[in-house]
Amino acid sequence: MNPELLAALTVFVLAILCGFAVISKVPATLHTPLMSGANAIHGIVLVGSMLIAAAADDLLSQALSLVAVAFATMNVVGGYVVTDRMLQMFRKKPTAAKPKAEAGG
Amino acid sequence: MDTIETIVRLVWLLGAVGFVIGLIQMNSPATARNGNLLSAGGMALAVVGTAVLIASGRAGEVGGLAWPIIGIGIAIGGGLGLYTARTVKMTAMPQLVSLFNAVGGGAAALIGIDDYIRLANVQTLVAGNPIPLETSIATVLDVIIGSVTFTGSLIASGKLMGIISGKPILIPGGRIVTAALAAIAVLGAGALFVGDASVPILFVIIAAALVFGVTMVLPIGGADMPVVISLLNSFTGTAVAMAGFVIDNPVLIIAGALVGASGAILTKLMADAMNRSVVNIMVGGFGGGEGTVGAVSGAGGSVREISPDDAAIQLAYASSVIVVPGYGLAVAQAQHGVRELAELLESRGVDVKYAIHPVAGRMPGHMNVLLAEANVPYPQLREMEEVNPEFDRCDVALVIGANDVTNPAARRPGSPVSGMPILDVDHARSIIVIKRSMGRGYAGIDNELYLNPKTGMLFADAKDGLASLAAAVKAL
Repeated sequence: MNPELLAALTVFVLAILCGFAVISKVPATLHTPLMSGANAIHGIVLVGSMLIAAAADDLLSQALSLVAVAFATMNVVGGYVVTDRMLQMFRKKPTAAKPKAEAGG
Repeated sequence: MDTIETIVRLVWLLGAVGFVIGLIQMNSPATARNGNLLSAGGMALAVVGTAVLIASGRAGEVGGLAWPIIGIGIAIGGGLGLYTARTVKMTAMPQLVSLFNAVGGGAAALIGIDDYIRLANVQTLVAGNPIPLETSIATVLDVIIGSVTFTGSLIASGKLMGIISGKPILIPGGRIVTAALAAIAVLGAGALFVGDASVPILFVIIAAALVFGVTMVLPIGGADMPVVISLLNSFTGTAVAMAGFVIDNPVLIIAGALVGASGAILTKLMADAMNRSVVNIMVGGFGGGEGTVGAVSGAGGSVREISPDDAAIQLAYASSVIVVPGYGLAVAQAQHGVRELAELLESRGVDVKYAIHPVAGRMPGHMNVLLAEANVPYPQLREMEEVNPEFDRCDVALVIGANDVTNPAARRPGSPVSGMPILDVDHARSIIVIKRSMGRGYAGIDNELYLNPKTGMLFADAKDGLASLAAAVKAL
């Protein structure tokens, strides 16, 4: 096994343990936003898609990398925006909620 | 490694740090939004760093169409992502997450395919297999997991959107088909590991994996989709990490592994809260979705029906009311209706709280999002452990479209829901249940709560039922 692969495997295993440690602390209330946020993070595949697009020199490669870049960007942009929309609603709105309560009553 | 490449690699590391700290900040509602922004910032850094690396020519020779491809791809994907994410209704959010998950998995698979074709082409020039075994393993894992996730997430999304029936769809000889597909993929992988590089074999593996994704998710009921989406989210993370091994990129490995681990934990938490094992769900469990099976038989007690007017009187003259929202409320999109009713009651001096079961709605935490969308004040939302002792002191428990999570049968052994943590709704002085029919929940069993003498059933769709209750309270 070459040193580069060994280094990559080390990083892989430590990142998995890190993921376990970070996630197990999140309260159930935030699980859906968390899932959506994690979903956005695997949009990092955009970096890989850009790299294969840069190296693409035949039609097949160009077509594959175009689809990959579009897919990955959709994952990144959509993922972060929808997570932000969810989390925006979690902020306490004491000033906004009260007048509405009076209007409703 | 020269200065620019070193800097880009450090920027990637910084991006990865952003992902980890962002996830840590999502621990608390107060810092969660910052955490997500930090994570997005890390992503932006990583992408800009990559663009610099390509522009400086350090990512190898740049193809003539590289920039148009990247630009057009980002414009199309970004536009679609932004539009759908901004316009989606919060109730439709799980299927959108599943869709984003599908395209992420698809992109990871495409990277593996592209890399493999490139390497295999070298073989025609050089004798022997030019692809090292570790690259073959990473590529095969990447394309298999990525392809399964791609079609599996699309099917899951389609089921939640109602394009595909939410009921379990049984394929004739389904188990055999699934086993055959798995065998094809394993045999193909073996051939690539020990034999020469072969693009046709890779495509056979991909085709098997794509069909496998379909046959894996089709037999699973709509109510189990959250667990499935969570599992597939974990798969995509793993596929992305594998893509990182294929093109030797550390940031893909780190971020992919993080998501793979987080998705796995979340999947287990969700399955635990429903007292089911992940294996049980994936094999196609006992459930057929909300209200698919028949009505309660008369044996064992009678059901008391209550009119909206009577229910309104009970609610309006209570001193404390606990609302128990469930799947039915999410389906009927009645979150605004419940907030209006709660505000009417509060204006009459009633203390209103919401009891949120960990799996209420369609995903853990989904109910919180729905209620937050309707401007329900966050401090009124109580988690199960916190709210359960309060049912003893509560005058009325208002159950809206929640079923299995309130079934007292869970406290005894011998029932499909045994051992599942439930909300102690039956401890309240009286109980009002808004439900369309006596249909069963997805556990497929009768709910003893409905036969309790303290319980009044208001048969209505959650939205209509709440509207008639609100009107009745106003008229008092």
